[in-house]
Amino acid sequence: MRNEIRFLLGDEERRISGVDPTMTVLNYLRREERLTGTKEGCAEGDCGACTVVLGALEGGALRYRAVNACIQFLPSLDGKQLLTVEHLKGKDGALHPVQRAMVEAHGSQCGFCTPGLVMSMLALQAEGDTLDRGRIDDALAGNLCRCTGYGPIIEAARKMGPLSSAEGGPLDRVDAASRLAALDTAETLALEASGTRYFAPTSLAELAALTSEHPDACLVAGATDVGLWVTKQHRRLDPVISVGAVAELKRLSVSDGMLEIGAGVTYEDALAAIAGRAPDLAELMRRIGSRQIRNAGTIGGNIANGSPIGDMPPALIALGATLVLRSGETVREIPLEEFFIAYGKQDRAPGEFLEAVLVPLTDAGQLRCHKVSKRFDQDITAVLGAFNIAVEDGVVKSARIAFGGMAATPKRATAAEAALTGKPWTEATVDAAREALAEDFQPISDMRASAGYRLAVARNLLTRHFIETTVPETATRLVGPGGLARSGEPAHA
Amino acid sequence: MPDSPATSGARIRGGVREPLPHDSGAKHVSGEALYIDDIPEPQGCLHVVAAMSKLAHGRIIRLDVSAVAAAPGVACVLTAGDIPGLNDVSPTGTNDDPCLADGVVHFLGQPLFAVAAESIEAARTAATLAEVEIEPLEPILTIENAMAKGSFVLDPHTMRRGEPEQAVAGAPRRLKGRIEIGGQDHFYLEGQVSLAIPGEDGDVLVHCSTQHPSEVQHNVAKVLGRPDNAVTVEVRRMGGGFGGKETQASQWAALAALAAIRTGRAAKMRLDRDDDMIMTGKRHDFIADYDVGFTEDGVIQGLNIEMAARCGFSADLSGAIVDRAMFHADNCYYLDNVEITAHRCRTNTVSNTAFRGFGGPQGMVVIERVIEAIARERGLDPLEVRRRNLYGGTGRNLTPYFMTVEDNVADQLIEELARDARYTERRAEIAAFNADNPVLKRGIALTPVKFGISFTTTFLNQAGALIHVYTDGSVHLNHGGTEMGQGLFIKVAQVVAEEFQIDLERIKISATNTAKVPNTSATAASSGSDMNGMAARAAARTIKRRLTDFAAEHFKVSAGEVAFEANRVRAGTHEMSFAELVKLAYLNRIQLSATGFYRTPKIHYDRQTASGRPFYYFAYGAAISEVAIDTLTGESKVLAVDILHDVGKSLNPVIDLGQVEGGFIQGMGWLTTEELWWDKQGRLATHAPSTYKIPACSDRPEAFTVRLWERGENTEETIHRSKAVGEPPLMLAISVAHAISDAVSSLSGGKLLADLDMPATPERILAAVEDMKAREAAR
Repeated sequence: MRNEIRFLLGDEERRISGVDPTMTVLNYLRREERLTGTKEGCAEGDCGACTVVLGALEGGALRYRAVNACIQFLPSLDGKQLLTVEHLKGKDGALHPVQRAMVEAHGSQCGFCTPGLVMSMLALQAEGDTLDRGRIDDALAGNLCRCTGYGPIIEAARKMGPLSSAEGGPLDRVDAASRLAALDTAETLALEASGTRYFAPTSLAELAALTSEHPDACLVAGATDVGLWVTKQHRRLDPVISVGAVAELKRLSVSDGMLEIGAGVTYEDALAAIAGRAPDLAELMRRIGSRQIRNAGTIGGNIANGSPIGDMPPALIALGATLVLRSGETVREIPLEEFFIAYGKQDRAPGEFLEAVLVPLTDAGQLRCHKVSKRFDQDITAVLGAFNIAVEDGVVKSARIAFGGMAATPKRATAAEAALTGKPWTEATVDAAREALAEDFQPISDMRASAGYRLAVARNLLTRHFIETTVPETATRLVGPGGLARSGEPAHA
Repeated sequence: MPDSPATSGARIRGGVREPLPHDSGAKHVSGEALYIDDIPEPQGCLHVVAAMSKLAHGRIIRLDVSAVAAAPGVACVLTAGDIPGLNDVSPTGTNDDPCLADGVVHFLGQPLFAVAAESIEAARTAATLAEVEIEPLEPILTIENAMAKGSFVLDPHTMRRGEPEQAVAGAPRRLKGRIEIGGQDHFYLEGQVSLAIPGEDGDVLVHCSTQHPSEVQHNVAKVLGRPDNAVTVEVRRMGGGFGGKETQASQWAALAALAAIRTGRAAKMRLDRDDDMIMTGKRHDFIADYDVGFTEDGVIQGLNIEMAARCGFSADLSGAIVDRAMFHADNCYYLDNVEITAHRCRTNTVSNTAFRGFGGPQGMVVIERVIEAIARERGLDPLEVRRRNLYGGTGRNLTPYFMTVEDNVADQLIEELARDARYTERRAEIAAFNADNPVLKRGIALTPVKFGISFTTTFLNQAGALIHVYTDGSVHLNHGGTEMGQGLFIKVAQVVAEEFQIDLERIKISATNTAKVPNTSATAASSGSDMNGMAARAAARTIKRRLTDFAAEHFKVSAGEVAFEANRVRAGTHEMSFAELVKLAYLNRIQLSATGFYRTPKIHYDRQTASGRPFYYFAYGAAISEVAIDTLTGESKVLAVDILHDVGKSLNPVIDLGQVEGGFIQGMGWLTTEELWWDKQGRLATHAPSTYKIPACSDRPEAFTVRLWERGENTEETIHRSKAVGEPPLMLAISVAHAISDAVSSLSGGKLLADLDMPATPERILAAVEDMKAREAAR
């Protein structure tokens, strides 16, 4: 096994060993490299001041993605190119077009969020398409600015132009691609320092062997949750097994109406596969975390961490998804809703790991997801309702309804389902199902919402679903496709 | 001297009124701009962490830090007993802001002790090892509880004019109501941070992210038990301030300085986001009751307002903040027969502090609610009721604190904005939309702003500057104002460039430093460019006068024949570059360095009688917001905003536009998504961006039109006739709150007032919708 992390910092190769494997990329940059352009604003991946861009070979081509350096562990850089705000200026000292656009549009005031914004914009620029407001918002949702009100930043994003092909230097993509290929990171990474053992196997077989050997290891994929255990709870993790380099877990395929999402597939990659098949689920996914979070975080992780307010589980439960769990050579398959036993308790044995999620696409088109939170973008859900209700000849043929934020786990609304199934799809039936939701859920009050609000909204989401399916011309959404605020026209034009 | 720039052909680069980008723009985008945490740490620099109380109120029975001191990497542990001077960082001498808890803990999160260690991780780990025993005392957490128990940090205060009781009782119409207004976390992207470097004689240099270096200096000296001259505080820039780094920076500076003095090593204290949000003060939350009498036409005849603010455990700046809420409880409206009373509640929560607007926004929210209540009761468009109550006309220009409003332009701004943004037509379009849409409802509102400019504590209205001209003609500029992103430094530099008639590039903008300009006031109250611009101009004029006198004597011409024109100086028939004259003056032993000073004229205020002229002038603006709400979930979305704002004759219009837009969005956040939530033990649960939601990019409305009012000009002799712009635009966002309540009111055809407290979160909006439906059904 290999005991050094290999990556490119700009255009300089780094080979690092003997450092704390849970050191964050941000601390590495600021403390070890003295590159202080990248800032710490929150240390939890919510403000974006720490945004850096990772270049990686995907199918042989170099692709840039923005991530939060504050919650990424240093070994996650293995085999990648790390670009920071310090790498953008030209050899002649001239500002990069993104930087120039920001200055010219007056996109900085206090300047503390600016390096992160510049890096998110660089990644957006690298996508190369024309930029409408929605795309800019999505790319920048994870970059909070407290000074400008975002207008000048949006203007800068519109004016920054296409990615220039730098010849030589850190932004030379041809050079970076060939050098990344030469890093030779096919061998499993095994690190140990500061009381943490860290493994990043590169094959499913090795992962299975390591989890059997270390049954109580902390499994980490995108680190968008586990990262906070270190930066917020100041926990010492040992041992850590990263699933991020396991090629088999990146599998994303459709066959016989079944979507298989490997446990290592990021939200952003899954989003591309889901967008055409389940538009409402795609809109939900667009609102999960931020671009930086979706570039790192995985659907597998969102399930395996068992959070009662993870957004994917209710939607996937409503679709009837199942999980593939592996322990050594043993594989079992269980319905997703049975995975969540109680708060903080999942049906995963020591040494077992999530290999894939199987999502039947039969009902993907009729799935409706409703996320309610204080802020539309990059906010944790107060209530999430996912409705998979089949109506034939005015009668509810089947109903799979799941909610997030309503119980200690993502949970099906079985009483409401029963109140609907076999009944005419009418207001009276919906009223009965609304009543039944009180049997299904006794939510709690916390800083996101009160118990009373949660139940009221859960009921109203069912009503919204009824209106959307029976009077589809009614405007029911403020954001997203068909939403009032994304009409493309100013509201009073 | 005239205010107008030189009129000859050539122009300097970077004079006043030029739309120059922020002076640090290129450094911001390249990551080269240095914030305190980016300064290379001196060798052996220690990192300081504070350990927090886990109880909101209690008596400290035992605090044993021996295990902390023995932990790996720990250099020293600081408790209240280790403070050589006074254990107090209060800003106004109230002596109620302990640096470290002593005997009693006053809020959950209060620092009990501090640890300085080799790394922040070592300090954090060590800080968990103390043995702490605190005997719980009953905490007072809410305004209602404090009012019931008579718990106050300061005495209540009243402003009164006329006979409000009689006027209210005798008025044709009368309404009473209540509104609750939430607080707000500053959420500056750069948290509180100080780096202290010990010197000789027990002196210390503190790099501190603060809006008030002089106060930090005083507090550090006080805690160390040293004279002020032993402490130097410097700040080049902050990563945002918004009022949160005025008084709240001192405690961390003092702890870092104490650790540095104790160990002889540099010490840094940087609060991480959670610590920062738990341990530092915020905007005050308020509860306000009103009792208003008015005519059938909706004209206010008498008004009683009683406000109560949650100040937290100590006074901090609550005296002046709550006063400013009272000063703005009139906003743009003439209040005939009025009494405004405000209570300063003491609670076992973090001590609340300055935040952009400094109480003014809360006061303004109250009066705008009164206006809307009247409008709903009379079945009038709220804009019409606003118009009818504006200042203006005979006998309608006196504020509740007996200041005559002399510069009122609110009516002009309102009419121009309403016309250009098609207020009336859009209201009709919205009514049509609402009639057709059962789920989503739109609303619209126009609200004006009148904001008083000056510190209401009159003596604070002073500023100093220091300018050196070097023999190559380059200029070093320093003043007491601090840069937090608002563009103060570039504006003041433009003033100096204009005065000397030299290009801006010749002027070095430098860090604020208490050793250069002493005894400064906070960069606050929107006063930064007004006061420091004037002080810098005074310093420049002193040097310019010396150069003029010298040139006149040297070239044997009259002083009137000496002219500074676009990097050149003419003395009769002689002409030379600015640098040549400077060099010549130096060789002739002319002093090329000067200080400048400014004190705001005309202002005076007697708090005993609540009368006087606390403000030099008023800044005005108006905004129209259009929103949509979802009546099933309570979600809301701002769809369109139109703003017309008066910045006088702008020193830098793009900087001012940035302040207007940014202030608006920040105010919008305060009134919509930003909710501070404490649990029943007094624990703040919203202490990170995961739970505390400031506006994100997509929250900026699709349609957003901002114009600086072209006709604007300060009637007072401010710096180049400009107006302050830092705070006033925040209050333009009150239009968002009223657009939301307008959308809720649409459920009653606009006849009933929405019972909507702030912030208007989805939960509060849904509650108001349900309440509105129930009342409409019962009507």
